[in-house]
Amino acid sequence: MAIVSIPTAVATSERPVKNRRINRTRLPAALALLPTALIVLVVYIGCMLWTVRLSFTSSTLLPKLDWVGFAQYSRLFMNDRFLVSAENILIFGVLFISGCLILGFMLAVFIDQNVRAEGVFRTIFLYPYAMSFVVTGVAWQWFLNPGLGLQKLVRDMGFENFTFDWLVNQQMAIYTIVIAGLWHGAGLTMAILLAGLRGVDSELWKAARIDGIPTWRVYLSIVLPLLRPMVVTATVLLATGVVKLYDLVVAMTLGGPGIATEVPAKFVMDHLFERNNIALGTAAATVMLITVVAILAPWIYAKYVRPQGRPA
Amino acid sequence: MSTAIPQGRRPRHLTIGRIGVYAFLITAALFFMLPLWIMLVTSLKPMDEIRLGNILALPVNLTFEAWTKAWSSACTGLECNGISVGFWNSVRILIPSVILSITAGAINGYALSLWRVRGANVIFGILLLGAFIPYQVFLYPLVRIFSTTGIYNSLLCIIIVHVIFGLPTMTLLFRNYYAGLPIELFKAARIDGGGFWTIFFRVMLPMSTPIIVVAAILQVTGIWNDFIFGLTFAGRENLPMTVQLNNIVHSTQGERAYNVDMAATMLAALVPLVVYFVSGRWFVRGIAAGAVKG
Repeated sequence: MAIVSIPTAVATSERPVKNRRINRTRLPAALALLPTALIVLVVYIGCMLWTVRLSFTSSTLLPKLDWVGFAQYSRLFMNDRFLVSAENILIFGVLFISGCLILGFMLAVFIDQNVRAEGVFRTIFLYPYAMSFVVTGVAWQWFLNPGLGLQKLVRDMGFENFTFDWLVNQQMAIYTIVIAGLWHGAGLTMAILLAGLRGVDSELWKAARIDGIPTWRVYLSIVLPLLRPMVVTATVLLATGVVKLYDLVVAMTLGGPGIATEVPAKFVMDHLFERNNIALGTAAATVMLITVVAILAPWIYAKYVRPQGRPA
Repeated sequence: MSTAIPQGRRPRHLTIGRIGVYAFLITAALFFMLPLWIMLVTSLKPMDEIRLGNILALPVNLTFEAWTKAWSSACTGLECNGISVGFWNSVRILIPSVILSITAGAINGYALSLWRVRGANVIFGILLLGAFIPYQVFLYPLVRIFSTTGIYNSLLCIIIVHVIFGLPTMTLLFRNYYAGLPIELFKAARIDGGGFWTIFFRVMLPMSTPIIVVAAILQVTGIWNDFIFGLTFAGRENLPMTVQLNNIVHSTQGERAYNVDMAATMLAALVPLVVYFVSGRWFVRGIAAGAVKG
């Protein structure tokens, strides 16, 4: 894709240099990589396997190394809180990713219309991404609280019966988290897609104008497919954010009202560090791990494994 | 001004479509500014004005009392020393973590991109995969390891954790940067007899300023905004600002002082906002380059 100028997530094409004369002097390089190798071995592999192993035990407050098979997993999938968490992360994930992509694409396209004060708009759309999820959650909780926030604002304007109580409504609370997430992440998508739009060949626009194709049509049918690498990058970024969703919920709703906004990451944290149920917590963590691997595997295969087989 | 841009579409005059474009952008800008605006005005109002007035309105009786209180006397649980404690904790966590993780990333990236070490790419591959794995998978065993070694719940502990989980992005960033430099530089230095560290300090590091800036932006905002590691590993004495803010908001007894909450929120958002506004386009570049993180 020569027309796209933004560096995509990972450049895999560069291979380490082949130089036979440096064989003997490689030792310092190997030593320099040793700490990282140890961290990879102990933390990234060791801790992961340890967590998986613990999920097959009956550990509660302290870890035990007995073997109870899949007992924790069957408890997990009968656990209301976990099922609600799983459903919530699905709702959040789908709405957050699609919402960010749609809103981000629209913002990028509208900014690309040679508007004045483009830099100001860009800055305003992206600044939420610099803020922490705790700040985001606290701010939106304040604005959406029915007592003094948006609901009161509209009622004071004369609409006495206006109701917006999603934050404290069991059915709707998860959508307030989506709104806050959108506010936080849409600008990032905009920035990535805008960089892609700027890389689109101007000849393409000339050709489209000569053919008399309407602008919106060009964006949807020609430009959007060209932006595929950017869309993938943005989606991967947003998806990793979905899996990590924790701080935002803690700051905004603490999982409530009731258990209406519980999410898997919070389920794990609560069971590991507050509810003293290590086995159940690690079982939930393992389920998260498997889900992420299942989603990522095709992407990693396409991006890293396949290009090494043949030159891209 | 816009016609000077060679690419893009033909410039247009004020048509209905043009008004629509601006209407959309301005509406979107209002949506994005809204939380910042209400945080700011709320933090500058006294409580009775907040209860009776309009959440969007400018303060009638402008007061900085909430800011003073948030900084020095708001209650985070049992102690009432304000969010300043968390601020300084965050600074003490931030500085060593950023320096160490960038150093580690630079050395790793250099060794991976220019020196052929057997098995190095396997390590790098696992490291990259690790960036996608939910932190919850590592946390409990890490807590056990740190408890056993006796450094759990300390400043050292949280710094080590930040360095460990900063490794994938930092290594990737520097690896790609060094791999993109002309290889002749490295070869010439090798022919001149430069060893691993000589080439690193004399040739590579002096050329690394742009990528160090990008890495610093990523790490400063990332570590400052961290919540989960601070909560799990820092210990009660070293809780970072995000955790303290959450405690202030959720643990006040009696009626919530929204103005103090909002002032504390603004204070917690200040450092990343300054980094964002000062760094400008570099910020976007950082995100795009470190896109593997999240």
